[in-house]
Amino acid sequence: MRETYAWAAIGLIILASTTADVLLAYSMKKVGDVGELWKRRGMLALIGRVLSTPTFALGLLAMGVAFYSLLFGLSWGNLSLVVPASASLTFVANAVAARIFLHERVGRRRWIAALLVAGGVVLMAV
Amino acid sequence: MTFRKYLVLAGITTFSTAGDSLLARGMKDTGGISLHHLSGLLLVILNPWVALGILCLLTFFSCYISALSWADLTYVLPATSLGYVLVSFIGRIGFHEVISPTRWVGIMMIAAGVGFAAAGPSVTPSRHPSVATETSPQAVSQEMSS
Repeated sequence: MRETYAWAAIGLIILASTTADVLLAYSMKKVGDVGELWKRRGMLALIGRVLSTPTFALGLLAMGVAFYSLLFGLSWGNLSLVVPASASLTFVANAVAARIFLHERVGRRRWIAALLVAGGVVLMAV
Repeated sequence: MTFRKYLVLAGITTFSTAGDSLLARGMKDTGGISLHHLSGLLLVILNPWVALGILCLLTFFSCYISALSWADLTYVLPATSLGYVLVSFIGRIGFHEVISPTRWVGIMMIAAGVGFAAAGPSVTPSRHPSVATETSPQAVSQEMSS
């Protein structure tokens, strides 16, 4: 039962994290380079601009779901399985999601990286 | 890539690893949380290890959204993956978790994947105008050629 709970948590972490990452990446691209904005307009204006982006709030919500799924997973599974397995599979799911929803140019180099990470995760779960 | 940007990526790796490890330490105190007592998940933030872990993860989050403002998601995420390798070392050394040789090979493959992605450009020109960055075309060209 411990293992079932741990893997269920891993699945939920992947779904929530990918949703969060895509929403946050979309929001931050809309905001622009935060270093430049900080220099030009100051910290308060930067924070205001980030927080006034609706997709940023949705991303935070999805991150909250992922966080509590992580706590749930850590209470049932080993750190060296739950964290690398969920985070690495999230990376692969993100490569697909970034191409579909963010329209990033995921080239050969990044796909090979995704496959290497996916292979590594399979070996870790054996 | 400027020194400031490398520093932000290093912050992502360091604080995500520290945060996850501190959370794990705190969750070992609380033990398994039953599906019938999910309120336990809300109370665990009172544990000092979990609270410190959350602080580290908040710092990680600041670095993370900063990186997402000037680099692709598919570039930033692999850069964070170095943390998974670190977290396995911490699990082995700090919590005496058993890591099999097969799992070590998996960790090495993840690290290789990270290196492969990190060696490429940090930002690519978007195929869609609605998610276009404020990054200048010249900067993108420089990144692509590096």
